[in-house]
Amino acid sequence: MSVAVEKIGLYPRLRRLALPRTLISGTIIIGVSLLIAFFPALFAPYDPIAFDYKALLKGPTLAHPFGTDSFGRDVLSRVIHAYTIDMQIAVFATVGPFIFGTIVGAYVGYAGGLAEAIFGRVVDAVITFPFLVLVIAIVSVLGPGLGNMYVAVGIVGWVFYARLVAAEVKVQKRLDYADAGRVMGYTPMRIVFRHLLPNAITPAIVYWMTDMALAILLGSSLGYLGLGAQPPAAEWGVQIADGKNFMSTAWWISVFPGIAIVIIGLGFSLLGDGLAQLLRVRR
Amino acid sequence: MNAVPIISVDGVSKQFGASYSLMRRLAGEPPLAVHALNNVSFEVHRGETLGIVGESGCGKSTLARCLVRLLDPDGGAIRFEGRDISTLRSAERRAFNKRVQMIFQDPYGSLNPRMTVSQVLNEALSVHRMRPKGDIPARITELLDLVRLPHDAASRYPHEFSGGQRQRIGIARALAVEPDVIVADELVSALDVSVQAQVINLLLRLQEELHLTLIFVAHDLRLVRHISHRVAVMYLGQIMEIGPSESLFASPRHPYSKALLDAAPELDPTQRSRVVAARGELPSPLDVPPGCPFASRCSHVFDRCRVERPALTKRASEHSAACHLVDFGAMPSALADAV
Repeated sequence: MSVAVEKIGLYPRLRRLALPRTLISGTIIIGVSLLIAFFPALFAPYDPIAFDYKALLKGPTLAHPFGTDSFGRDVLSRVIHAYTIDMQIAVFATVGPFIFGTIVGAYVGYAGGLAEAIFGRVVDAVITFPFLVLVIAIVSVLGPGLGNMYVAVGIVGWVFYARLVAAEVKVQKRLDYADAGRVMGYTPMRIVFRHLLPNAITPAIVYWMTDMALAILLGSSLGYLGLGAQPPAAEWGVQIADGKNFMSTAWWISVFPGIAIVIIGLGFSLLGDGLAQLLRVRR
Repeated sequence: MNAVPIISVDGVSKQFGASYSLMRRLAGEPPLAVHALNNVSFEVHRGETLGIVGESGCGKSTLARCLVRLLDPDGGAIRFEGRDISTLRSAERRAFNKRVQMIFQDPYGSLNPRMTVSQVLNEALSVHRMRPKGDIPARITELLDLVRLPHDAASRYPHEFSGGQRQRIGIARALAVEPDVIVADELVSALDVSVQAQVINLLLRLQEELHLTLIFVAHDLRLVRHISHRVAVMYLGQIMEIGPSESLFASPRHPYSKALLDAAPELDPTQRSRVVAARGELPSPLDVPPGCPFASRCSHVFDRCRVERPALTKRASEHSAACHLVDFGAMPSALADAV
């Protein structure tokens, strides 16, 4: 223990190696998921959309570890190929809202006044509706499909990031170091983006991780409802919907995609927790 | 003193609105406002140290923030080298702040926790183009030497330093832009006494070397006496007395200054007095009495004090006080006997 402490004193940079365990486990789960998402063909034993009428609704066997569905498609291969779409949903549905929401939130939090009042009403309007209902309404106007789903989630989702960042910037801008920046003659732009935002963005990053898990759930929900990814594409929500009529006889069609969702959700949550610890400000 | 003052404060007032309650609206009463500064005027001369003292809540921090334009006064004007600072816009304002710097009270809150010392100094140096890019690392080392921090401090974050070291980082940041004036707001009140002395002596040495003008806001009278050429005593947003440090401390011309001095704890137990210098509490700054603000606590109060606010008038060449008792403190020995 004492050796470790001395090392920290001698090499301040080494401290970065003392990563939180949650971060390590989260990174491993998400890293492996990304690997599968980029190269599904390396991992999948079968073609995810190839029908096999000789092996319909077969339970887990050595040949089909996760069984087959009502068209004889290999569930394991479909779960693996679904990583590509579902990881894509996780990133594309959240990255836009995260960036846009952070910028708006930083502006609103710093400017206050009229901007804050208008923003407050926008937030009220958005959170009055349940998130899913609003997204479904937008998707049904735009038409089903993944692209429209990203748009729908983006229109609604940025508000939550903006609210988090605005609240935090509002706290930070009253601290002395913000005043010190003003007295140093720095421009408001520099004060907000170089000084306040790095200290205010942590909750938004942590929420972003959770939001990616939520986006996968949402994508799966919309897939299940037929508004997201379209059959025969392999997507966990679509797969669960495919299996809903066979729950009592062929549980494996829905359960394995469900487990994949749980694992990826866990991965993002661990990553979020780990980042929160890593980014915590030392005072 | 000589020539044109570097900063002149002319009748400055500042109010902070309290929330306007529904009851007051219905009753037709005006909104409540805290009068943090009330017609404050004084001048600061180049190269001097002006101490500003007063109890907490007297408006001295508000005044400090007005001087560097973190706050804009509601009335009156603050002039820097003859120019009203409230008229300065963007680039001019930044140029003004380059010359008039501030050091903050809280050594924990005044440094960005996510920036290393060298990032802090580098930013100050490069934004104001104080040095060509290649000379910046050398200048950072120079600044660290100036405030007596080790060179390896540059790569460290604020949380790795003690309070006194952080204040020195704050001083280095202020000095990076080579200012003419430094406003120090309660510079050392958050520090241990032993560290206080180090930081104060550092600042005084720097003042001498760099010909700085210092405005030193504090509540610690002995500290202010030790370092200031002139002292202003504030009470409820007004200056009660202003004069050269030695004469003000030796023979205060205002009952409030005297009360403050008497209230300062005496180190020698045999010298301690049990006489209460000022009775009662500070009146609410929401509702400052019409006459002399000190009237409710003054032991020399008489009728006129409660109706007419005394103006700041000359007592000696450099010494002014705001009291109807023009002769108060004129013969300090006689008064001391009376107490």
